Amino acid sequence: MSRTTRREAAVRELLEGPVPGVPPELYADVVRRGNRMLRRRTTLRRLLWLLLLAAAVAFTVWASVARPWVAPPSETTPPLTGW
Amino acid sequence: MRERHASQGARRAREFEAFVAGAAGRLLHAATLLTAEPPHDNPHARRLLTLALAHTYASWNRLRGEDPYDTARQYLAVRFARGAWHHYGTLSRFRPKQPGGALAVLSPQERLILVLRIYEGVAEEQTAALLGLPVERVRSICDRASATLLHPPRKPAPAVAKVAPS
Repeated sequence: MSRTTRREAAVRELLEGPVPGVPPELYADVVRRGNRMLRRRTTLRRLLWLLLLAAAVAFTVWASVARPWVAPPSETTPPLTGW
Repeated sequence: MRERHASQGARRAREFEAFVAGAAGRLLHAATLLTAEPPHDNPHARRLLTLALAHTYASWNRLRGEDPYDTARQYLAVRFARGAWHHYGTLSRFRPKQPGGALAVLSPQERLILVLRIYEGVAEEQTAALLGLPVERVRSICDRASATLLHPPRKPAPAVAKVAPS
């Protein structure tokens, strides 16, 4: 048995010590907290989807009104008159 | 859809209850060692454990074959490291006010590494990856912590240069 292994065993023995009792209300507390976390995550996910949807709708409406793909009428060329 | 959801919830509750019944004792012991509290009065350790288990519960359906114990332990360790950092400015300076646990002479970082490496038996590489430290540093901190623990802490630190790599 090497020195390191012996030392590790000694430390492990020290760590094993008296075991604390698990409080009986722990499980209920954990489940309550866990469910709250899940609910929060669901709400957040829904909110983000809603935001995405709203952004998509807003973009569509804006695009159909502003029609950015249509070339604007030229304003620099002078009107051709008198020839 | 709703029915499937309900049955999934019931299955999760069953599996999770069995997991907690099996793992809570050991995890609580590890948490109590981390916080260096006496075994019968460990509010911080309980809080850590509750948070870690709640996190495991929330991600239970997404574990996909991963070991839930491993998940809970990782969360516990990371949460403890972060908590020690936030509360006490630096990870290594804080010492508990009332030394109660077996590891009260060590700094939080030493406790964390000692508990992960020796009590939980996590590999050096995994510990290093989890804490974002080089492997050599984890090894040297672990060696130093065991030396401090085994030798009387009041004396000047004994030389630990001749430690063979594990």
